[in-house]
Amino acid sequence: MSKDTPKGARKELLEKMMKQMLLIRRFEEKAGQMYGLRKIGGFCHLYIGQEAVAVGSIAALNLEKDYVVTAYRDHGHALACGMDPNGVMAELYGKVTGCSKGKGGSMHMFDREKHMLGGNGIVGGQLPVAAGAALTIRNKKQDGVVLCFFGDGAIHQGSFHESLNLAKIYNLPVIYICENNQYGMGTDYRRVSAVEDLSVMGASYGIEGKQVDGMNPLTVYEAVHREVEELRKNPGPAFLEIRTYRYKGHSMSDPATYRTKDELEQYKERDPIKELKQVMMEEKFLTEEVFKKWDKEAKEISAASVAFSEESPEPEPHELYTDIFVQGEV
Amino acid sequence: MELTIREALRQAMDEEMARDEDVILLGEEVAEYNGAYKVSAGLYEKYGGERVMDTPITEEGFTGMAIGAAMTGLRPIVEWMTFNFSLMAFDQVINNAAKTSYMSGGQFTLPMVFRGPNGPAEYLAAQHSQALQSFYAHVPGLKVVAPSTPYDAKGLLKSAIRDNNPVIFLEGELMYPWKGDVPEGEILVPLGEAAVRREGKDVTLVGFSKPMKMILEAAEELAQIGIDAEVIDLRTLRPLDEEAIFRSVAKTNRCVVVDEAWPFASVGSHIGYLVSSRCFDDLDAPVELISSEDVPMPYNHRLELMAQPSTDKIIKAAKRTLYMGGQ
Repeated sequence: MSKDTPKGARKELLEKMMKQMLLIRRFEEKAGQMYGLRKIGGFCHLYIGQEAVAVGSIAALNLEKDYVVTAYRDHGHALACGMDPNGVMAELYGKVTGCSKGKGGSMHMFDREKHMLGGNGIVGGQLPVAAGAALTIRNKKQDGVVLCFFGDGAIHQGSFHESLNLAKIYNLPVIYICENNQYGMGTDYRRVSAVEDLSVMGASYGIEGKQVDGMNPLTVYEAVHREVEELRKNPGPAFLEIRTYRYKGHSMSDPATYRTKDELEQYKERDPIKELKQVMMEEKFLTEEVFKKWDKEAKEISAASVAFSEESPEPEPHELYTDIFVQGEV
Repeated sequence: MELTIREALRQAMDEEMARDEDVILLGEEVAEYNGAYKVSAGLYEKYGGERVMDTPITEEGFTGMAIGAAMTGLRPIVEWMTFNFSLMAFDQVINNAAKTSYMSGGQFTLPMVFRGPNGPAEYLAAQHSQALQSFYAHVPGLKVVAPSTPYDAKGLLKSAIRDNNPVIFLEGELMYPWKGDVPEGEILVPLGEAAVRREGKDVTLVGFSKPMKMILEAAEELAQIGIDAEVIDLRTLRPLDEEAIFRSVAKTNRCVVVDEAWPFASVGSHIGYLVSSRCFDDLDAPVELISSEDVPMPYNHRLELMAQPSTDKIIKAAKRTLYMGGQ
């Protein structure tokens, strides 16, 4: 977004991003709470702290023609794509009203309408899939782009290297976004990476990587928006390393004792919601009163999603056997 | 018209690519080189590089890319130069292709085919000569097809390309030059239907893919000593035409299953289990399984032939079910 962007459009964008970040924050808090009450089972990876990355990036898309694909920490991306919070929470509950009818759970949020190609539970498994969505765009002469999110843990998988190479040789419009939250599960990424600056890792494939501050949604938006506009005109892959931080453990079972409280507090000082709030107040787009109102709304939506999920029915037993195959031809 | 299996497969892809521009073919050497086994010869020239794509040697990458393309509107055919290399793409096939429909509550379907040569060849040793159908047939969410004639190769591949689910299509490297009659015009062989290749009343011989030739030879030799074998060609392993097997065993009361994969947890051993349990009252003898030996494939020709099913092994197994001796 340039300085020339009309004030109204800028205000609208910042409002949208703020509301989405608040929703993700409060939704994830609620999910954590319900996990504690054993309403939600299995693996549950919360997005708290990283909100600016999904929100800022996806705000730069037009999901009528663009696509999103991500890893297992996917609740935030799902909500940022505009997926119904009720459907996402019900999916966590394993209810039939969930976005995947209760068959996918936390790691597998999908929405065909919103062009959300899923949360993938295998580290790096979604990177080639993203190239494939971009191949469809190329072959069908569309002008969409694909955003592919993955973590600092996935970047050392062969699929990262194979996918960047494929995207480059076929000129596929896909933006690979490494959400470097600095810990692959409990391992500091520096301990397992030959390079500390992950943005250099596109260089072998002729893709110039860029590092982006992931604690500020506006910075993220601007970086991704630039790439999106470029790729619509000149298709080909892009690669961003967006530096971020997760406040919670890797999953609900991880107390995150491998890092210091000081480190966590430092990042909380740069909380993405706090950062955007400051910008919006400086630009007179927001008052404390309005902020509190939006926050309350986010809490209400999250609470309503829990009530919806509680009331929703379990899948019927016959659902065990549906959706394995589709019948018939197109 | 007489065609080889290679030509029949090529015709199937050619016709389906002409019929539907969403059908694409990708894999190593499929375009400019015309295919490692020449199955795709001429298609690049006809359809161009956007639809017939040479890939780098990155099976996980291009297989996963095809999956993403299938999720968003294309109908890819992935050619693996051989199924041996498909193991590099195993995660993509098992965790993405087979499960995305289910995990998404049916929102996404993956109309795509994974094809290439599978099964023992000659003088290629353990990594390049193996039958991997058990791995794929094990997984819910994949259809698995294994033709044995040019007619079926064409008709099944066309059906597989039109199917809206991921289909594993197993060809045999040594089968590409096999010839057979394929009438001109549209042929569609439905997935999931076995064929009775020879009617008989004394023993049922069940198989698929390359061993069908030795099964039919065995049936002819058995006929010369007065044993009338019925031969079932499964053609599709998933979904399995169980009823066709059970119908035949109800008539013959004896069954020999032939599968050139290893014996442990194979398609063949599963059919043995099905026949033993579902046809228990019909059976007059234990079900026989002729598989490859439970060893990696050796290079030495004498040893590699010993490791695989043979006409002689099938004949002996059929005789055992009739208590006619033979080891």
